[in-house]
Amino acid sequence: MQRLIRIEPPKCIGCKTCEMACSFKHTTEFAPSRARIVNEVFLDEAKFITVTCMQCDEPWCEKACPKGAISKEMPSGVVLVDDDRCVGCRTCVSACPFGMIKYVPVTGKVEKCNLCNGDTPECVAFCPTGCLTLDEEDKPLRQKILRFVEAMKDGQMEV
Amino acid sequence: MSGWQGKLLRVDLTAQTCTTEELNPVWAKEFLGGRGLASKYFVEEVAADVDPLAPENKLIMAAGPLTGTYGAANGRYMVVTKSPLTGTIASSNSGGYFPCELRYAGYDMIIFEGKSAHPCYLQVYNDRVELVGALHLWGKPTQDTEDAILAEFHGDAKVACIGPAGENMVHFACIVNDKHRAAGRSGVGAVMGSKNLKAVAVRGTGGVKVANPQAFRTAAIEAFGMLKENPVSGQGLPALGTPVLVNIINQFGALPTRNFQEDTFEGAEAISGENLVATYLKRNKGCMGCLIGCGRVTGLKGSRFSGDGEGPEYESLWALGASCGIDDLAAVTKANYICNEYGMDTITAGATVACAMELAEKGLISADEIGMPLKFGDADALVKLVEMAGKKEGFGAKIALGSYRLAESYGAPELSMSVKKQEFPAYDGRGMQGMALNYATSNRGACHVRGYLVSPEILGLPEKLDPQVTDGKATWTKIFQDFTAVVDSVGVCLFTTFAIGVPQFTSFCKAATGLDYTDETLLQAGDRIYNLERRFNLEAGIDPSQDTLPKRLLNDPIPDGPLKGEVARLDQMLPEYYELRGWSVKGIPTKKKMQELGLT
Repeated sequence: MQRLIRIEPPKCIGCKTCEMACSFKHTTEFAPSRARIVNEVFLDEAKFITVTCMQCDEPWCEKACPKGAISKEMPSGVVLVDDDRCVGCRTCVSACPFGMIKYVPVTGKVEKCNLCNGDTPECVAFCPTGCLTLDEEDKPLRQKILRFVEAMKDGQMEV
Repeated sequence: MSGWQGKLLRVDLTAQTCTTEELNPVWAKEFLGGRGLASKYFVEEVAADVDPLAPENKLIMAAGPLTGTYGAANGRYMVVTKSPLTGTIASSNSGGYFPCELRYAGYDMIIFEGKSAHPCYLQVYNDRVELVGALHLWGKPTQDTEDAILAEFHGDAKVACIGPAGENMVHFACIVNDKHRAAGRSGVGAVMGSKNLKAVAVRGTGGVKVANPQAFRTAAIEAFGMLKENPVSGQGLPALGTPVLVNIINQFGALPTRNFQEDTFEGAEAISGENLVATYLKRNKGCMGCLIGCGRVTGLKGSRFSGDGEGPEYESLWALGASCGIDDLAAVTKANYICNEYGMDTITAGATVACAMELAEKGLISADEIGMPLKFGDADALVKLVEMAGKKEGFGAKIALGSYRLAESYGAPELSMSVKKQEFPAYDGRGMQGMALNYATSNRGACHVRGYLVSPEILGLPEKLDPQVTDGKATWTKIFQDFTAVVDSVGVCLFTTFAIGVPQFTSFCKAATGLDYTDETLLQAGDRIYNLERRFNLEAGIDPSQDTLPKRLLNDPIPDGPLKGEVARLDQMLPEYYELRGWSVKGIPTKKKMQELGLT
């Protein structure tokens, strides 16, 4: 089944530890500019938004790649870049509507979230508030449905 | 070099030049970074008798070898200069995104020297560094300054700047970064203003390397677990922020009220962390790399004031609240916002207004002179006076000097609740003897973040000490002061020390730098930094006779509450402290001690 990093923005404190952990794991340097997850801080609105690759079912980056370097692996559902085939043409960078695949000048290749190759993603492991979780199921969605169901159940008594 | 970026930026404001230099690796090893390393550069380059507001004074912004990494709230930097408020060496700490960005741009520190002929600010984009004109920013509040710089320089830049108070050289002006975080104390913003330097904007797209990534990650996981499990860093601070302390310290009976005339405040509940959560809190926030998240994003919607921002923190709630006898949370929050916008230390601002209130109630200043009647509890007067201080307008020009110079000018210096001319924070030393000793011996005057003895004396961390016992407090104070110097120097938040100790810092430092630090050598580095600061202060004419407390704390027993009758028994601790420090009975570091620390 497809596993995804679930992001619950209300739990975020804007600490960018996800960016640090991601870059440290994949480059052995603390370099948020190299992170494959982005934690944006909107100080004035008091909002913190985190985004990363959504591992699309029909990835735009995959379709755009002229060298067949990008593929959606099954059953994990992770969209991967094959470094040996990537020629750094950046067509995928143009194609991704979310900006979640990027060209790295020092390697001459593109990089994107690979869900840490089956390990617990490093951003999830170091997220201090549980804003980031890895799961096959959409538990936050299930919780929302359950809240709605509870409200309906309470209402039923009054009909 | 690993851990350190190995580079510093030197900005000569007189000549308008920017150059990079290799970081001195021997000094880096011995003084770590941040507070320690910047102090080393400072004392080597600046004469101790320099006028703090003269071009010959320098201002150093310094991150540490752990700044910009993860595991223990590693988003801090230090501003080191000679303080216009105290005349001592000042090092003022702040967290946020700016400190990390400085490191990602490739630098450990920036040294500012001289004085610009016109208002300017520094733009840093990795190795592209430029001083640009800031006439269009001069006079702007801190948040507007940051917005303007983001618009004209780079949207992802991180900014540290001064507000009108720094420009006006208010003695307790601060430097604000990331809009709401401040290198708050000792008037470092006034020094920046004296140099016509409005802001520093940094965009860094590089990284920070560590010597041993695997060991570093292991250390981070250990620290992460300890911080999460600890009741203060894992529960109290995330839930209520620093204002968690208002009720705790008030119930304990050491919340200085109405300029230390009493020690319990009847209005504490109204200005408590619990009430802040119930009223103006919008959400919690962390600095970069933080896993505590004590920051409070707030807004005054629904009150008689307007505004949004961060805070107030515990110390600000106290200084602008209990210290002034004010229980109006909206007014306290508004005064806190004004301090942030003008760029002023909330502690000294509030404590100085409190001092003025006592001077007025005792008939030493007239209402005519102040421009309004003034008494404890007057929330509207507080809001007005804080703004007047930022502008140095009318009586505000007197407030802008801090409480010591204010009280002295009316012939009553004993009514300034300060040590070495810097005002106390929100804990009465009469109620906790170790804290009293720390206040008296802190290298930047009265201060809670040079040795937070509140932790063992009140909170019971790492172990519970009887706050009224003086035995053993000299040892605790020295260890806390040395350890704090280490934490301040490596670029980590002091709040982590509720949960993690010297061994964890040793693991981090070893893994980051690849050097053979041990618990002993790391603490000795703290001792070295403390003595370096002490020697500068002595050379600056800060006599050891100033290692004391106001008469009110030494002679007047607490009149109310659970601690009624207590005084600060400094004389029972100070001689032992001097001895433990390796100082003479007169408080002068001995030659032997200085040799041992490599400071000769």
